[in-house]
Formats: sequence, structure tokens, C-alpha cells
Amino acid sequence: MGRRWTTWTGIGLTALLVLFLTLPVLLSIVAGLSVNYARGLSNGLTLTWVLQVWELYADTILRSLIVAAATLALTLLIGVPGAYALVRRGGRTARLVEEVVTLPVAIPGLALVLGLIITYGGFGTFRQSTLFIAVGHVLFTLPFMLRAVMAVLETIDWRVLDEGAASLGAPAWRRFVDVILPNIREGILAGSLTVVTLSVGEFNLTWMTHTPTTKTLPVGLADAYASMRLEIASAYTLVFLVMIVPPLVGLQMVAGPRRERLGP
Amino acid sequence: MTLTANAAPPRGAAITARGLSKSFHGTTVLHPTDLHVPAGEILVLLGPSGCGKTTLLRLIAGLERPDGPDMLRFDGEDVSGVPLERRNVGMVFQSYALFPNMTVAENVAYGLKVRGMPAAERRAEAARLLALVGLDEHAGKRITAISGGQRQRCALARALAIKPRVLLLDEPLAALDAVLRERLRAEIGLLLREFGITAVYVTHDQAEAMAIGDRIAVMQAGRIAQIDRPEVIYHRPASDFVADFVGTMNRLAGPVREGRLILDGGETRADLPADGPDREATLCFRPEAARLCEGADEGAIRARITATTFFGATQRLLVEVAGQDLRLDLPSGLAFGPGQLAAFTIEGRALLEFPRTA
Repeated sequence: MGRRWTTWTGIGLTALLVLFLTLPVLLSIVAGLSVNYARGLSNGLTLTWVLQVWELYADTILRSLIVAAATLALTLLIGVPGAYALVRRGGRTARLVEEVVTLPVAIPGLALVLGLIITYGGFGTFRQSTLFIAVGHVLFTLPFMLRAVMAVLETIDWRVLDEGAASLGAPAWRRFVDVILPNIREGILAGSLTVVTLSVGEFNLTWMTHTPTTKTLPVGLADAYASMRLEIASAYTLVFLVMIVPPLVGLQMVAGPRRERLGP
Repeated sequence: MTLTANAAPPRGAAITARGLSKSFHGTTVLHPTDLHVPAGEILVLLGPSGCGKTTLLRLIAGLERPDGPDMLRFDGEDVSGVPLERRNVGMVFQSYALFPNMTVAENVAYGLKVRGMPAAERRAEAARLLALVGLDEHAGKRITAISGGQRQRCALARALAIKPRVLLLDEPLAALDAVLRERLRAEIGLLLREFGITAVYVTHDQAEAMAIGDRIAVMQAGRIAQIDRPEVIYHRPASDFVADFVGTMNRLAGPVREGRLILDGGETRADLPADGPDREATLCFRPEAARLCEGADEGAIRARITATTFFGATQRLLVEVAGQDLRLDLPSGLAFGPGQLAAFTIEGRALLEFPRTA
């Protein structure tokens, strides 16, 4: 028995859409691997450009990873206890704090960084350090961590869990570590995934905050697009993809198996 | 302190409240209350929602702070300012508050882990308690893998594991279905007595209160309306409210003249002894206080049956006497039908009269 024509149309449209979105990526990869893109694939494939990118930009790749790790560490440190504190506190104050923290997402990155530079530009060492970039990323990614953790906190009965642990003699920090954290694991993982992805790909803020010695991968990409031949820029895209896809898949897998919820 | 298996049952602490009160944002939810629960007693706090029973429990637990200092003592020690985690009270929550990230045994052992008991010892202690509540086969299971009744018993074992001074239970059976609730309330009552622990048990279910409590405190609008043994609460309720809340209560209102309340509705008629001066009075009695008699007897109530309900050993008659509805429980062997007239008497000592409230 054949499928209905609507099903076939749906499959066809989806395939076209996927092709439309992935074609540029695929062509970029091909360009990065071809000897001379202008002459097509007839000239053969090569890893020359990829190696050249590695020689030229290895430091930006490493820096991107360091910035992402630092951003993740800071958002975890601030975001997870912060989300719990906000949910515990509740009411208008909590909503106000949440709004203020979310503001950097709405404000254009350039304006945000300008504020940072005006305020901290005078602190030379800090201004020129990789940490300065990470701080910008934290401002921008923190609300995503907060929201993800708060969303999961809303679904668990954290107050009863906390009171239950307290009745058994656990002090506040232990209740948080032993009983709250394990039960909001999903939200923390989801938040981490978002934060790392945003941080690695972030360009707006970083373009303003970087110095010649503190370029991240996306800034390097812009640099390559502007000043190198097309094959090198494309090879750079390839390197970026190879770098970002495995950790994303890995994090998805860790966050994947959904845990059962305790019924009423 | 060492904790050993099969030690003599620990006795709980006595709870003394003096003028214990609580207000939230200017609204008083518990008026100054005096209360003494001797060590080892099971006190049930019974009342409708919003009567303050849960607040009183949370005050004893340390989950709420009383309005003033020195309002609550355990064995004479002032605990008013001691937070829950240092009060050493066991709590069984309505939703159990079990930790989904731990197994059944880990849940039970958690309080001992917090107290720094070595792993082997606390495992043995958890196993002992799980055996006590009949959950030994489920020790390694996740909380999500056991049933509601098993979760309830796991919560009880966890609360008892820390050898608390006082055990507090907040509607522990409310989340279960009726059959399971009836079975578990008998089990819990037995288990608590076996442990000999001081327990405060909150419920809105009067059958549960009767089955479990050594004493029952019936609460109304932030006050204890009556506190006494279950049979006294039932047979000698101190007020209209208590009478209505615990069991079913009939009311006959009418004029008292020369020591008798007489209602005359033509065919139907009531004649009841009522001591004291002539007045307007409301006499109350339980459905099971009715005894069949001959219609012509003095002190008889002649009533018209409006409906009958079969209960097994007994049947409940809905009857009407001079425009007032009554419920009567009689042996089910007797044949009655709607529309018939029936005559019965009420023994004088089963008749209650409360001061007029409205």
C-alpha cells in the first residue's frame, strides 16, 4: 500500500528545506578541501588548507575552548545556586532580578561591550586578558543557564525535598548538594549545552572585546574571510565544525536519557 | 552516642506548648495555644482545612517560627528557636518527600549518613527498619519503582531511622486510595505504639483520627476546640462544631416546657426529656442512639421514613419529624419502607445540648 500523497509532499518539502540549509555547509567543506575551488573538484582534494589553518589559527581554537570552559564554569557557579535562590525567594524581587539578568540578551552585544570597555578599559591587564572575553560571554549566556535550571526547579517539588532533608538533620548546603542538585541535573546539562554552544560561536561581543593577542575562533574566521583566500576560510569553517559538533553530540547524549519523575 | 539494633524502644520527648501562636502578615492562623503531649503519646490534630492543624504541626517541627520566644519545649528544653535540622524530629510528609535520586535503602539511611554514621552500620540499620515496615525486598529499588503504599512506609522508616525525639506526620495517608488507607492506618497505629514514640499526627479524616490517636485535638479556626480521648470526643463533644466534625449528629430544635421538648407535627411527633428551665433548645444525638419502641410510649419519637440505605450489618433511615430531618441507624434485619411511620426512643444520656451559638 502506498503512502498518501500528503505524506510524500511532506517528505519532499522537508528534504528540500534540509538541503537548502545544509548545502552551504557542504559546499564550504568541499571548498576547504579542494585544491582550487574556482576550478572545481577536477584539480583534486587536499588537506593543505586545513593544515595551514591549523598553523595560523591554532591559538584561536584553543582560546575559544578556554573561553567556553571558563564561561561554563562561571555560569554554573553563579547560575545554578542563583536559580535556586531566585526560585526559593519568589515574588516580585525574584522576577525583577531575572529580568535584569536577562537584559544583556536583548541589548545589542556591541552596546553591552561598550559598557564593559568604558567601565573596565582602564584596568589594562584585565582588559587585555582572555578573562575579559569570558566575562562578556558570561553576561550574555547567564540568563540561558538561569532559565534552564529554573524551568526544571519549577517541575520538582524542591520545597518538600528540602524540608524532607532538613527533617533528617541535613544543613542547608548539604540539602542543596545531596537532594536539590541531583534532581535538577537535566536542567543543568541543558543549560551547559546552550552556554557552551553560544560561547564557542559568539562573535558580536568577542569582536569588540578581543585584542590582537586574544582572538577566538569566530574572530579568526572573520579575519580569514577578510584577508585569506577562499579555500583557507572554508577550511577554517571545517575546523570549526569538527570542533563544535562532537561536544554538542556528546552533551546531548549525556542529557539524553530522561529520568522518570516521581508521581504525586 | 551509639545506635544498636534491637535496642530497647526509644521513648520520645514530651511536648509542651505554652501560649504557642503564629501569625502570617498580621493574620493569626494559630491563636495562643496551650498543649501538653506526654512522652510516648500519639496525638491527632483533626480539623477541616484552614483550621491551623498543619501550622501547629509545622511549629512543632520547626518549619515555622512561633510569634514569641519560649513557647515550645521538648522535655523541658526550649526549642522555639531551634531550626528543623537541629531539632531531631522525624517527619512524614503528605507527598512523602522521598529523594528520587536515591534508592529506598539510601533514603532510609540518609539521616544516619548526615549524622556521620559509618556506611556499614547505617546500611544495617536501614535494613533493620526496612524489614520492620516490610520493605526489605525493595531496598535496592528506585523510589519511582515502588507503589504509593510502599513509598508511604519508606517515608515512615526514614523518619524513624534517626531515632527522633518526636515523630510528626502530616496527612501521611491522604495520597492513597481508600482501601490502602484503611489498611495502613491500622498498621501505622500499631507501629507507632510498638516504637513508643511521641507522635503528632495531622489529618482531616475522623475515622483515621479515631483509629490512630491516643488523644484527639479537634481544631477550629486556629484554636483547639476540644482535646480528649477518641471516645470522649465522640460521645461527649464539647461543642456543636466538634459534634458535627466527628461522626454524624442529629438535631431536633424546639421549645422546652416543664422539662420536656415536645414537637407535634400531627402524625409525626417528638417527646424528649430536657432538664432545666423553659427555653428554645436544640437536642443532639447520634444515629445509632435510636431504639425502636411502640408509638404510644411516653418519650417516643414518631417519624415518617423518607428513605432507607442498606449498610450490611445496619441500615440508615432518613426520617422526618415535625418538619425536621433525622438519620437513624438500626439493625438491617428489620423491614422498613419509605412512607411508613416508625417509633423510637433516645436514652436520656445519649442526648446532648450545646449552648446556642447563633
